[in-house]
Amino acid sequence: MPIKKDVIRYVADLARIGLSQQEEKLFAEQLNHILAYMEQLNMLDTKDIEPMSHAVSMGNILRKDIARSPLSNDDALKNAPEREEGFFKVPKIIE
Amino acid sequence: MTEFVKYSASRLKEKITQDSLTASDIASSVAVRYDKVEEKVKGFAHFNKVVLSERAKELDKKAISGALSKIPVVIKDNICVKDELTTCSSKILVGFRPPYDATVITKLKESGALLLGKSNMDEFAFGSSCETSCYAPTNNPYDTERVPGGSSGGSAALVAADETVLALGSDTGGSIRQPASLCGVVGMKPTYGRVSRYGLIAFGSSLDQIGPITKDVNDCAALLNVISGYDPMDSTSADIPVPDYMGSLVDNVKGLRIGIPKEYDTESMFFDKKVPVNETGVKIKEAIKLLKDLGAEVVDISLPHVKYAVSVYYIVGCSEASSNLARFDGVEYGYRDKEASSLIEMYKKTRGKGLGSEAKRRIILGTYTLSSGYYDAYYLKAQKVRNLIKQDFDNAFSRCDIIMTSTSPETAWPKGLKTKDPLLMYLSDIFTIPANLAGIPAISLPCGYDSQGLPVGLQFMAKYFDEELLIRAAYTYQQNAGWKRKKPEL
Repeated sequence: MPIKKDVIRYVADLARIGLSQQEEKLFAEQLNHILAYMEQLNMLDTKDIEPMSHAVSMGNILRKDIARSPLSNDDALKNAPEREEGFFKVPKIIE
Repeated sequence: MTEFVKYSASRLKEKITQDSLTASDIASSVAVRYDKVEEKVKGFAHFNKVVLSERAKELDKKAISGALSKIPVVIKDNICVKDELTTCSSKILVGFRPPYDATVITKLKESGALLLGKSNMDEFAFGSSCETSCYAPTNNPYDTERVPGGSSGGSAALVAADETVLALGSDTGGSIRQPASLCGVVGMKPTYGRVSRYGLIAFGSSLDQIGPITKDVNDCAALLNVISGYDPMDSTSADIPVPDYMGSLVDNVKGLRIGIPKEYDTESMFFDKKVPVNETGVKIKEAIKLLKDLGAEVVDISLPHVKYAVSVYYIVGCSEASSNLARFDGVEYGYRDKEASSLIEMYKKTRGKGLGSEAKRRIILGTYTLSSGYYDAYYLKAQKVRNLIKQDFDNAFSRCDIIMTSTSPETAWPKGLKTKDPLLMYLSDIFTIPANLAGIPAISLPCGYDSQGLPVGLQFMAKYFDEELLIRAAYTYQQNAGWKRKKPEL
């Protein structure tokens, strides 16, 4: 089932990535090529196989409830492209 | 002056004691070497001679007598070093200086190591050739028209070019081992959980692992000693005691059962894809014979599902990456498109312009394989096949102690050869990816040169947390291999 340009645009929108027309075309071609290769997985019957989400088995990790000093507000903000009064500044959200 | 940085860490340590060398002496040696060869190698993403000189002076003042005291180490550009540029070789992280150290960096600093700077890499570790860096491609020191491998291509090239003594890389699908192989150095991906990932900018969280890139197996053990261990800051870190890996530098493989998977080095591994397989197989056969002569037992094994590893990896890895890279949105750090008037537009323009082509391709692929309607067909299916691959290893290790293969199907290829065909590039990692999917440790070490004089690497894979056996097997090979080593001519 080949992916068309509009699917690429939809997925890019989900991922919040702005693409040029050329990129949409190129990625559609390349992703079709890659997904066609991945079709090989359908040669395997995996009906009774458990999905593996991690390489090592894991349980919950609990730590002692001890207060620690966090990163200072200034340190947390020092890489921000824009900041104002101790906050990250972004373009207007509510009209 | 220039020679200090050419030494292995173990030899430099002796020299430091003998001649009472200071960190400043060693930093000067690094700077001289940098001036001589960096233009040809382009292995650094961030290097500043003035900063290095100051850091060396400070180190001399502190006089830390740790295991790596005054030993030069290069850090891959995706590992956070407090107040030092850390950009994953991506435009979207331009100017980012982390407010904290990764756990491996804290450990290196405590060991007295001399941190030189950050090494170039494929953007966000997405690549096998170091060509997707937002800076410039790194060159292979053995032939500067060829790739150094990737994604830790900068780290491997700098070790090979004697611009550093040690380096850290990260390995999600072979990103330490494959460039180590292509540059003729030693690289290890430890067991998932052996080394803390705290402060490693995440690509595939269930696959990523930091590891050493070094000139020999001895240094690999020494660096692994320093960076390994449980870390409460990484919930996937393993709370298992760490042995002294120097104790594994033992020249003995008598009775060791080495498994040779029949699926590797054959065309069936690649389905119908035309992938150049060159003389690497010949070198591996010579290495197998040597180990057999030294008393190892060679066992034929089968890993029937590893040929699906590339498909599984690019679904699982890209899915995880699409989620991990959501944080690069122009708000907290790095690049922001300043023209956008709404928040959503700002996200899209920032990510559209700040991320390179391969990063966008992988995020889109990962978003697609996780999206409603495709999740079962791709992500869930891949997770199930991942389990089959893990089971292959479990079965194999009931018949052998260690598995031996080529690290890469080919030696260093000419730059530009695979950049237009992402799938061809992805298939470069086919021999290394299975260890990441299973989570087991693996090492690559040089085993000779092909007819063009390019390094060939061999790979050992072991059971969970058996890095000791990897080191013993690799050390034994290193001590007994008869071929003559040659440094790259730069």
